[in-house]
Amino acid sequence: MGGGTEVSDGTDQAPALDIRGLRVVVGAGRAEGEEAEAVRGVDLTLRRGEVLGLVGESGAGKTLTALAALGLTPPGARLRGSVRLLGTELVGLPARELARLRGDRIAMVFQDPSAAFTPVHRIGDQIGEALRVHERPRPSRRAARARAITLLSDTGVPEPERVALSFPHQLSGGLRRRAMIAMAVANRPDVIVADEPTSSLDVTVQARVLAALGDARETTGAALLLVSHDLGVVAQTADRVAVMYAGRIVETAPARELFARPRMPYTAGLLSAAPRVDAAHALSRVPGTQPAPGKAGTGCAFAPRCPVSRPECRVTDPALAAVTQPERGPGRPAARAAERARAAAGASAEHLAACLYPGAGEGAGGGGLFPVGPPPAARPRATAGAAPALRVTGLAATHRTRRGGRLRAVRHVDLTVAAGETVALVGESGAGKSTTLDRIIALTAPEAGRIEVLGRDTAKLTRAEAHRLRGRVQIVLQDPATTLDPRMKIGAILAEPLQAQRVPRAEIAARTPELLAEVELGGEAADRYPHEFSGGQQQRIALARALAVRPELLLLDEPVSALDVSVQAGVLDLLRRLTSAPDGPACLVVSHDLTVVRQIADRVVVMHGGRTVESGPTDTLLTRPRHPYTRTLLWSVPRPDPGARRPLAAPLAPLSGCDTTTGCGFRAQCGAYRELPSEQKRLCEHEAPGPNGPTGASCHFPYPDDATPPPGRPAWRGRPGAH
Amino acid sequence: MSGVRAWAAGRPAAARLGLALIALLCLYAFVGPHLSPHSPTDIDYTALSAGPGARHWFGTNRIGQDVFAQTARGLQKSLLISVSVSAATTALAALVGTCAGYFGGWTDHALTFLVDLLLVVPGFLVLVVVASRLRNAGWPAYAAAIAALGWMVTARAVRAMARSLRERPYVRAARHMGVRPLRIVRGHLLPHLAPFLITHATIAAAAAVVAEAGLSFVGFGVQPPDVSLGTLMADSAEVALTYPWMFFFPTGMLLCFVLAVNLVGEALRTRLDPVAAWAAVRR
Repeated sequence: MGGGTEVSDGTDQAPALDIRGLRVVVGAGRAEGEEAEAVRGVDLTLRRGEVLGLVGESGAGKTLTALAALGLTPPGARLRGSVRLLGTELVGLPARELARLRGDRIAMVFQDPSAAFTPVHRIGDQIGEALRVHERPRPSRRAARARAITLLSDTGVPEPERVALSFPHQLSGGLRRRAMIAMAVANRPDVIVADEPTSSLDVTVQARVLAALGDARETTGAALLLVSHDLGVVAQTADRVAVMYAGRIVETAPARELFARPRMPYTAGLLSAAPRVDAAHALSRVPGTQPAPGKAGTGCAFAPRCPVSRPECRVTDPALAAVTQPERGPGRPAARAAERARAAAGASAEHLAACLYPGAGEGAGGGGLFPVGPPPAARPRATAGAAPALRVTGLAATHRTRRGGRLRAVRHVDLTVAAGETVALVGESGAGKSTTLDRIIALTAPEAGRIEVLGRDTAKLTRAEAHRLRGRVQIVLQDPATTLDPRMKIGAILAEPLQAQRVPRAEIAARTPELLAEVELGGEAADRYPHEFSGGQQQRIALARALAVRPELLLLDEPVSALDVSVQAGVLDLLRRLTSAPDGPACLVVSHDLTVVRQIADRVVVMHGGRTVESGPTDTLLTRPRHPYTRTLLWSVPRPDPGARRPLAAPLAPLSGCDTTTGCGFRAQCGAYRELPSEQKRLCEHEAPGPNGPTGASCHFPYPDDATPPPGRPAWRGRPGAH
Repeated sequence: MSGVRAWAAGRPAAARLGLALIALLCLYAFVGPHLSPHSPTDIDYTALSAGPGARHWFGTNRIGQDVFAQTARGLQKSLLISVSVSAATTALAALVGTCAGYFGGWTDHALTFLVDLLLVVPGFLVLVVVASRLRNAGWPAYAAAIAALGWMVTARAVRAMARSLRERPYVRAARHMGVRPLRIVRGHLLPHLAPFLITHATIAAAAAVVAEAGLSFVGFGVQPPDVSLGTLMADSAEVALTYPWMFFFPTGMLLCFVLAVNLVGEALRTRLDPVAAWAAVRR
């Protein structure tokens, strides 16, 4: 399948999807002030057979645009403008006609597949129904069911027969998404709209879903509108990319061009703010926040955050115009006019940007446009012989399930955090990361194993000692929006841990502005409530609260997972600064995101299925992983660079009939195990590998120290045509 | 001034009517007696069972006592009982509910058992039995008895809310910081329960007035020479058709009060309903 280059005959054929001047007003019919235009004039063309990535941060209007492509609006929203599907106008089309097109010519993969399937019908029947509704002559129920199984197996679903007979709640998130994709392609549509098809999935599952999407596209030849906030996903899959900001398309270009030479400052900022997995690097930040729907004033919506904005940017709202070559120096009106003329003449209108001075900060490259945080500093190494801040050995933990059973969430965890060191605990959901953190902060005796916090065995702590220890260990929980009491002022929130340790009032009053300054917030923040702050600021406040007592050990649970890319960079910088300070706390960071881990951690501990499988210094571990699981994990992260596109590793389907109670727990999914000769296999089957082998990997046959890609099915086949 | 207007403008008409009614009733109960030349116990032998007129605004009863003054006195008592009962039940429900919900375990088991036990007790009958023992203890004893039997349903609701609040990340964060449990209850749980508790308090006030009146009506409540709306109604119930004013005024006051409180309570509930408030906060 060719992609963008192949399909250039858009002149005689109507494009697959043509959106012109799309406006969506939300909150229509409500009180005067609550009505807001969330999509403010979107022009978007999806050519036949191409993959168009629509990126932007939360609140940019991506989902509304995707829904509008199907002629759908959320309740209370109004649609204006034009949406043409293969030349047919969808806006204003009677509901009957729309229903005939949906699922047939255009199909949607919804963001939340648990809500998109009916819970009371089997998956196979639901996919079959999509066929029976549209196909004439109508296939029989049995035939439809059989076709559903084929569709499921085409999207790479293991055991399609079983999945077809399952109810939606019996499937995992990744499987549901793939079933959703199977349903979307059931009638070989011309357009597939996928709204965040991989959000909240683990990277390895994401790789599988992307593969399914790629396969589906390949078999049907459909055009794909892929909505995502994840630059890596878009870079990995899209032929062309459109960037949305505050309800507008601000830049659109072929993927490689956009990632290599962004012309709109926002795009440049977005790209340079994204952390990379291959190196720790200075992160640039985009100050400010995106205006809320209806709050964008006159002029360019990005102007208030733009480092190169000029007075006229705040007055004139730029339209999308072609930017063919880098403009030298500040854009003079004459040059701009010439450019407009070129665009109007239809000269290579591939790269469009909505900017009065596209590429104004080009000289220094995209990254030079925005304030760049300090490069990762050399960290104080842990002094040998000093007591570690945290030592966990052989930790096991179970959860009580609703039916009275016990779920072994953590089986065997070993980890050590030296004083002043930052250690990241990575793994996928269900690996037991959060449970581990939970058991550490509980400061009580674990079910099995031993936890030493700041040199104290938690099993031997009295109540008073535990309380005193809480003044030296702090935790920052996952979602900053919910960890701050919405009814408390920031001042009171920051005072809470200090009060708990009976710090005198005068001292608390003096500490508050100090803390706010430390996390780069103004002193006036103390008198405001949490909802008045953006997500990034809330996370800073949560950090400030944890730092209030000057802890010696800081536990962070997914510190930036709830934040947008442009905001995330600032928080990562802050974390880096706080943890590399000479008297900074030792840190244990739990994260699923390897790019984030790369930026802030000194050492990485990898967890899988409740066990720590590998640990080592960040640089070594993330460039030359030894354990098969770490390899899969690392190689399934898509890079935000379409030039370096390569197959993503998708994990193997677990071997059936593999008893993991003995031997290596990862065996069933291990690619290396399958290739071993049978006498070596026996070792894996009968003997659990030591917790930390000589290489730091808990594996009998760790990979040699080089960078060969892991075995496994290439997930998104490299598409040479697009390169 | 403009602040008051904005405050009133934000409320639906029904709530404003309710507030106005409550204000008028309070005015009548506490200022009314000073306007009238008669005291509730004075007997005017020249006007037995006299209808409303210039001398006796609401008329007199069969032994010549001024109905205006008596109703004011009765309303005063009823209001006092209702306010104290509503305050007591709300406080008790908040205390028991939050403790059971937040601490869980044995505290929860014990308190829930107590609540369930009291719930199956037929409240009115117990009041009737207890009331005869409390004959000499005065109205605070009745208020206490009514309150003791009216807090359980609210406590259960509070317990359920406390249990869900307990798992909120900010409450967990506070626990991890080493904030003491009672401080967490006071600082994190109660502010979030406040809208529910305020709403409950208004509705409990109406219920308390009715309970007191019912108790007094059947002769177990406030004892003569003290009067409450219930005793006034009981005294005049037989002659309600012949001398309507004797019955009409106390009954009317009771109706007005219950109606007004319910109007305000309903408005508060829609405005402060915890579910709505939480949804807005969660966003």
